[in-house]
Amino acid sequence: MTALFDALMQNPAVALWIAPLIPLAAAASSALLGGRRNLREGITVTAGVISAALAVALWPHAEAGLRVTLWDWLPGLTLAFELEPLGLLFATVASVLWPITSVYAAGYLRGNDEQHQSRFFACFALAIAAAIGIAFSANLITLFICYELLTLSTWPLVTHKGNADARKGGRTYLLILIGTSVGLLLPAIIWTYVLSGTTAFRSGGILAGQAGNATLTVLYALFLFGIGKAALMPFHRWLPAAMVAPTPVSALLHAVAVVKAGVFTVMKVSIYTFGLDTIRSSGAGELMMWVAALTMLTTAAIALTQDNLKARLAYSTISQLAYITLGAALAVKTAVLEGALHIATHAVGKITLFFCAGAIYTAAHKTRVSELDGMGMRMPYTFAAFTLASMSIVGLPPLAGSWDKLLLMEGALDAGFPLMMGVLMLGSLLSLGYLLPIPIRAFFRPAPGAASDDRVITDFPDGDPPPRPVPMQEAPLACVVPLCITAVTCVAMFFLEDRLIAPLARVLEGP
Amino acid sequence: MIAHLPILQVALPLLAAPLCVLLRSARAAWWIYLLASVAAFGSALLLASSVATHGPLHYAVGNWAPPFGIAYVIDAANAFVLVLVSGIAVATAIYAPRSIAAEIDPQRVYLYYACLCLCLTGLLGIVATGDAFNVFVFLEISSLSSYALIALGKRRQALLAAFRYLVMGTLGGTFVLIGIGLAYAVTGTLNMADLAQRLPALYGNRTLTAAVGFVSVGLAIKAAVFPLHAWLPSAYAEAPSAAGVFLSATGTKVAIYAFLRFAFGIFGAGLVFGHLPMSALILIVGTAAMLAGAAIACYQDDLKRILAWSSVGQIGYIVVGLGLASQQGLSAAFLHISAHALIKGGLFATAGIVALRLGTTRIDALAGLARSAPAVFVALLLGGLGLIGVPLTAGFVSKWALVMALIEADQWAVIAAVLLSSLLALVYVGRIIEVAWFREPPLLADTAQPSTPAPMALAMWGLVGVSLVAGVYAAPLSRAATAAAAALLGTAP
Repeated sequence: MTALFDALMQNPAVALWIAPLIPLAAAASSALLGGRRNLREGITVTAGVISAALAVALWPHAEAGLRVTLWDWLPGLTLAFELEPLGLLFATVASVLWPITSVYAAGYLRGNDEQHQSRFFACFALAIAAAIGIAFSANLITLFICYELLTLSTWPLVTHKGNADARKGGRTYLLILIGTSVGLLLPAIIWTYVLSGTTAFRSGGILAGQAGNATLTVLYALFLFGIGKAALMPFHRWLPAAMVAPTPVSALLHAVAVVKAGVFTVMKVSIYTFGLDTIRSSGAGELMMWVAALTMLTTAAIALTQDNLKARLAYSTISQLAYITLGAALAVKTAVLEGALHIATHAVGKITLFFCAGAIYTAAHKTRVSELDGMGMRMPYTFAAFTLASMSIVGLPPLAGSWDKLLLMEGALDAGFPLMMGVLMLGSLLSLGYLLPIPIRAFFRPAPGAASDDRVITDFPDGDPPPRPVPMQEAPLACVVPLCITAVTCVAMFFLEDRLIAPLARVLEGP
Repeated sequence: MIAHLPILQVALPLLAAPLCVLLRSARAAWWIYLLASVAAFGSALLLASSVATHGPLHYAVGNWAPPFGIAYVIDAANAFVLVLVSGIAVATAIYAPRSIAAEIDPQRVYLYYACLCLCLTGLLGIVATGDAFNVFVFLEISSLSSYALIALGKRRQALLAAFRYLVMGTLGGTFVLIGIGLAYAVTGTLNMADLAQRLPALYGNRTLTAAVGFVSVGLAIKAAVFPLHAWLPSAYAEAPSAAGVFLSATGTKVAIYAFLRFAFGIFGAGLVFGHLPMSALILIVGTAAMLAGAAIACYQDDLKRILAWSSVGQIGYIVVGLGLASQQGLSAAFLHISAHALIKGGLFATAGIVALRLGTTRIDALAGLARSAPAVFVALLLGGLGLIGVPLTAGFVSKWALVMALIEADQWAVIAAVLLSSLLALVYVGRIIEVAWFREPPLLADTAQPSTPAPMALAMWGLVGVSLVAGVYAAPLSRAATAAAAALLGTAP
């Protein structure tokens, strides 16, 4: 096994096209193995560990500019993979979190007795393959194909429950995502091809000097709105609609793979199709920057009003995605690095939050924030993890999310938009407002039943009630362990972050 | 041997038809049709490879040199269509027996195969001939036999559908005849090559203009180009499944080919697209077709009707491509002719299997199909993705080519319509998939469905599979379409 792995590392180009094949194989085996649950999930987790190892092992080659042509499809249309730091970052995030989520999903699905588990694991692995394909795409066409594959393969997951709600959510999901991609993204790609004669991603962009400022502004808007997975307003509705999915899906796909595929595409288009200099000099980013800022604040405000835990997290995701889009649109090095970093830190933070939401549902069947009073002592690990991840997303040190918020503010100054600083501060305050009350309620408010007990106890004249231990009632181990791992990662990443973005920083500084 | 193939591949099915009637046995008739279609497919392949290496092939029927005799001319353009039509005929042959057994009175099965032989003869003849009047003759052969094929449908509505088609089709055929007659009146020849030589001198002549008008409208009726499409939906939906597969994949495509041949090979692009404002007209009509067809398809509640209306829309793409009258536009049209023939043939084959298993093709009845017949469901899904034009399907390849051609011609409004109609396709395909995937079947209908007969499954997967391969391994098809377009435009080396 290790010998095979070493051989692969001698030929990183081979590893590049094997990377999406591993989840594909896992998808096929899940579909074929049917009801043999232990074997099926064993294979999925093993495949996950292998692809995670593969992604991590590719890091030393991040800047080697590896490229494999998969297929010369039509004249002008080539399917190809390429290794570059940003893509590798996204691929690593997706493939490292995949095995963790698989363990969690196994616990969740069994704990809740869900139907069609084989289909679930097959589609899940297929989605990961598509995400890795997006990460390694060497041109817009390859990216677009994987992007559509990701939409289609996640649709059965969103509609997993199969009831009327799930169908309705699934319809919104599919219509918005395919509608934007076919109606806006594809025309943008075609337009790019017409303007520059290529769809390849090149350092420094391919559109410099190919069109006037107005054209570039319209084209950039087409791209950013067309990438519906980045959930810019008004095309954000699919994300709350997708919350009808089982929680592991919400966790990996709608906090990590799908939405990050969207913002990753935004970053990729900004850096390698337009080029940061072109975006700045043409003013193309300015409009989209304000759209992103508006999305960030509006959806954060909506998140404040949501009582359903998953819906609140969904709106928080939209708001946080806007940080990344904003970073790309500011088009200065610090802001773009923030975007890249936020892809990783928000992924780890938000997956933890969703894991917690699923654990709460599995253990106590609660879905509303207002029902969580006093739950902290019943599920201490879950809520401790929730607290850490919330603080990371808000951006409090020493947690992962703190660096990127800082970088973004610096980026806003570098780009000459000091007003944006205010927007960002407001955004952080709002995120503080919609996230932290949840653990606070859970830990410091008495549980509804316990509250009346307390009153009875305090009525005792000598006033010395014996402390009553609350029985612990955590979700199954398969759910709790993954969320603890990701929560600890939130802390660990605070110290590792420069390594994640160093290769990208060098690329951005490059010629 | 190759020298005689142009006539052989038309003559064999023609001779097979009376043989079917004489033998009066369903089994024998099937064998005859199978052999005839395989022979036609084989000769089409040989012809195509010969044309690709040695250039166009001329054949004088009965050794009567043109203009006195009838000439057959095979070039890259009609070789392309010949391979397509005869290939679909073979798939139909594999598909037919089990499907027909369930839908047609056993007494009449031999008639079905006789009609199919005649229809194949007519379609191949239209494509292969180099004589304008001969086009009309074969057009009538194919039309008359297809009226009969449709009338064989199981339900009584089939008779009405066949009658509607007959009225419209006869009108179209007559128009074509009038047009050819007018062209003959001004030139004195019916040979395509001679016509093409003599006509340019007459540009501006009223009679000639009228000829163009009659031929165009006549063929537009045959090709069901919106708004002359009214006959198509019920005809395809009511025809026996095995006839639907063949007609939907070939009938309208051959009429479009005939128009291409008339426009570029006889009247000349200079007249049709230069002197007359046909280009703008065709673009408008094609755009309307792709929007209206797809939109109406969204409101149908029968699988076959959805597919038929979708055909009305998909024909719009082909029409737009040819309306551009450019190398890129024509090759996109040829690509879509083949892509749509394969996809829609495959989907009608799937619908026929659905009809066999469930006894109906109403959308409501599809509930639970994904569980009761997963293979059929997957075929439906893959075909549907092709109709939408999802990347890596044949539908994407042709749409991409079309959009590139439209960009070259600066037709931005049409591009928007192409994308919009793709979204509409998403809606009507989505409706089918949603019912089949989610809805619980009614409890009463829980009786055992007949399983899919292997030959029908083979034909279905053959068509769907070829369309998928053509989507992924697109280069050869794309080259063939480019060569076909070049042959029509006269720019071939």
